Amino acid sequence: MAELRTEELTLNMGPQHPSTHGVLRLVLKLNGEIVDDVKPELGYLHRCFEKHAEAMTYPQVIPYTDRMDYVNAMSNELAYVLSVEKLLGIEIPERVEYIRVIMSELQRIASHLVAIGTYGNDAGAFTPFLYCFMDREKVLELFEMVCGARMLYNYFWIGGLSHDITPEFITKTKELIKYLRPRIKQVNNLLSYNKIFIERTADIGILPVDVAINAGVSGPSLRGSGIKYDLRKDDTYSIYNRFDFEVCVGTGERGTVGDCWNRYIVRAYEIEQSLRIIEQAIDKIPEGDVQSAVPKRVKPVAGESYVRTESPKGELAYYVVSDGSLNPYRVKARSTSFCNLSVINQISRGHMIADVVMILGSFDIVLGCIDR
Amino acid sequence: MENIFTQWFGNSLLTYILIPVPILVYVSVFALYAVLAERKVSAWMQNRIGPNRTDKFGLLQTILDGLKLVQKEIVNPTRSDKLYFRMAPFIVFTAAFMGYAVLPFSSVFMGVNLNIGLFYFFSITSLGVVGVLMAGWASNNKYSLYGAMRTVAQIVSYEIPTALSAIVVVMLTGTLSMNNYALAQSGGIFNWFIFGGPGDIYKIILIPIMVISVVILFISTLAETNRTPFDLTEADSELVAGVHIEYSGMLFAMFFFAEYAQMFAVSGVIATLFLGGWQSPFGDLIPFLNTPVFQVLWFLGKGLFLVFVQIWLRWTLPRVRIDQLMTMCWKYLIPITLVNLFLVGLYMLIFK
Amino acid sequence: METNEVYEKLKRVFEDGIGEIKTDVPVYPFFFVSADKINAVSLFLRDEESLQFDNLSCLSGMDYDKDNLAVVYHLYSYVHHHKLVVKVVIPKSNPVVKTVSDVWAAADWHEREAYDLVGMTFEGHPDLRRILLSEDWEGHPLRKDYKVPEFYKGMKVPY
Repeated sequence: MAELRTEELTLNMGPQHPSTHGVLRLVLKLNGEIVDDVKPELGYLHRCFEKHAEAMTYPQVIPYTDRMDYVNAMSNELAYVLSVEKLLGIEIPERVEYIRVIMSELQRIASHLVAIGTYGNDAGAFTPFLYCFMDREKVLELFEMVCGARMLYNYFWIGGLSHDITPEFITKTKELIKYLRPRIKQVNNLLSYNKIFIERTADIGILPVDVAINAGVSGPSLRGSGIKYDLRKDDTYSIYNRFDFEVCVGTGERGTVGDCWNRYIVRAYEIEQSLRIIEQAIDKIPEGDVQSAVPKRVKPVAGESYVRTESPKGELAYYVVSDGSLNPYRVKARSTSFCNLSVINQISRGHMIADVVMILGSFDIVLGCIDR
Repeated sequence: MENIFTQWFGNSLLTYILIPVPILVYVSVFALYAVLAERKVSAWMQNRIGPNRTDKFGLLQTILDGLKLVQKEIVNPTRSDKLYFRMAPFIVFTAAFMGYAVLPFSSVFMGVNLNIGLFYFFSITSLGVVGVLMAGWASNNKYSLYGAMRTVAQIVSYEIPTALSAIVVVMLTGTLSMNNYALAQSGGIFNWFIFGGPGDIYKIILIPIMVISVVILFISTLAETNRTPFDLTEADSELVAGVHIEYSGMLFAMFFFAEYAQMFAVSGVIATLFLGGWQSPFGDLIPFLNTPVFQVLWFLGKGLFLVFVQIWLRWTLPRVRIDQLMTMCWKYLIPITLVNLFLVGLYMLIFK
Repeated sequence: METNEVYEKLKRVFEDGIGEIKTDVPVYPFFFVSADKINAVSLFLRDEESLQFDNLSCLSGMDYDKDNLAVVYHLYSYVHHHKLVVKVVIPKSNPVVKTVSDVWAAADWHEREAYDLVGMTFEGHPDLRRILLSEDWEGHPLRKDYKVPEFYKGMKVPY
């Protein structure tokens, strides 16, 4: 019998697809179930952030940064605000610094819960998804209590905050810490150490450290490859150097260091560390006025600044260039997911379709951040 | 049931048309409420409320959903094969439904007491795979095609452990008639085949073999009905909805119906083979509980319990990957069932 | 290692490929590199034992002034934990700069983005296409002289 004629199959995964986490399009070249090539096509959610920013005054840009990585708005605000403050060279009140750290860490928990939940959903386990979202809801309630918004806060201002926190917030946060610890354990039991889940994620999409660094992968995705590097510790900003916490890395407890499971589990560990930071910070908040340092007019001198921060997804920075006027001359977002996603082709070749979904999920991408 | 209907209507064509009616009614009602149960159970597992807007506890929910689906337009994708596209759901449903013909709901209520009942059941339910392949191919969609190919690979492979683990009981009873399995397990819960079936003290040896067999049978039927963790055909996070992707309205509902019909059918088979079928667990202690009406209740109870376990698993476990699925079937389940078969053969040689 | 030390080192190797250094600017000092030398300089920065800038944190294209575009490289070393800012200024009339995507894989998409939004060409880039905007977009929006088009493919854009 003559050899059967076979050919490569091109599958458009997305832009409308349940597990591309938004409107990402992956052009897969398939050989049966095996993936030969992955080509990401971006830009379906491009909202011209950088162009918009040039037409705004400095404080007006903050709401736009919220919409970059919309499950993680506080960290985006923090990165931008720190960059502008550096350019202005202003001193921030202690109280503001403490509240910023607490908020960022709460946001990190919320963001990681989304990451864990949706990752479970990618694997086909729907229940952990709802568990995580229920807990995230509690965090969002705290944010709502402070600034009235649940997702897009515009809470960090240049030099201060939009609202002060209330004593009720402090008690509620303490309650939340107590509530979250057993819940995280529960999700770990339900998902992280589930045999099928481990089978699905361990040894899949192994990302070696040198490749990761070369491609600009950062955050939990980089730590999953086993390098102990956290900007909060190693290139500290705000007041993170005052707190005692551990940098979690993928240890290869299951699977190999650098695979999907290790990238995933770093997030589960980090929630605990964030809780620790909040516990330390919540009792030490000094008195003060949160808006005392807010400048009337934000008009930095000509120059540029670039402050790298550790957002839940990785290294997030805004490159802000000022020409001495009221509007920024150029704002470039060093988007975390954008860099993290760029390795996907390299590490998913030779895996199966189902693995591509798991690899994509393990980077915890948000399309708002990628497409800007 | 055959003889009841013959008594009433004589040996006419009408009889044979009427026989499936009560079963069809049961399957429809079951499917409607199984969907509701699935949603409710999942809701409770996930700390949600679930459907509660229609009637009390959302009892009308699925009926209204069905009404909505009836009104929907059936869309044919461009360049799809219209005939096969429309035919596929019916084949899938028919295959699932035809299995019910041999399910013994009680000692009297069964579609037909076929002497090759089990054999018939396995062969007819695997016909559904033809419908799925048809649907996947005719949809002219790559996701559908992938889903269909996965299904074929999956169902054809899992036929083997299903049949092999059922054969254990066939060997012990020496019959293929479904009703005879139930009859063979009379006399209380300890005479069920999961506990080694009726027999003397040596049957204790059989208990582990039987428990393993029933677990394997459950796993492989789970795979055959395409339920999570083996729902690779639908795999909403990879293949969006697999073969269902292009179907709308009533055609989609047919697939849905078929899935739930199949869920109960395989549960019924497991119940009949290993859990005593329509036998009361109290055996002859309370003879009153073994009358035909109660027998139906026992059978439904066992079947519905297994359906509940299926739902439970679905909302707990993640999905496996296609190669892991195949590995599990060929490398673990089939060898284990073969060893089981051998051991049962050995047992029969020595003790019978 | 501080920026001026790195600068001295590079100046010794590449001589006139390295432009002037600016240390009196706010926040962080930087220096200029000529457009045709950037690839070689990058390789040196990455591979030299005492530098080892193994991570390209960010690559931004910008409209520098009236006649020039600029590419800004923010580098970081995971080995020595030091950072560096390098700029390449290129004329708008001939906006060509050597690619660094073979030095740092991270540059691949960043360069595509810079090409897309600011409109400089990266010589030697393996796959220089638009990344954020659609393939048939005209112009480069982040140029200061960019006019927001009234028509897109003959369709009036409503504002």
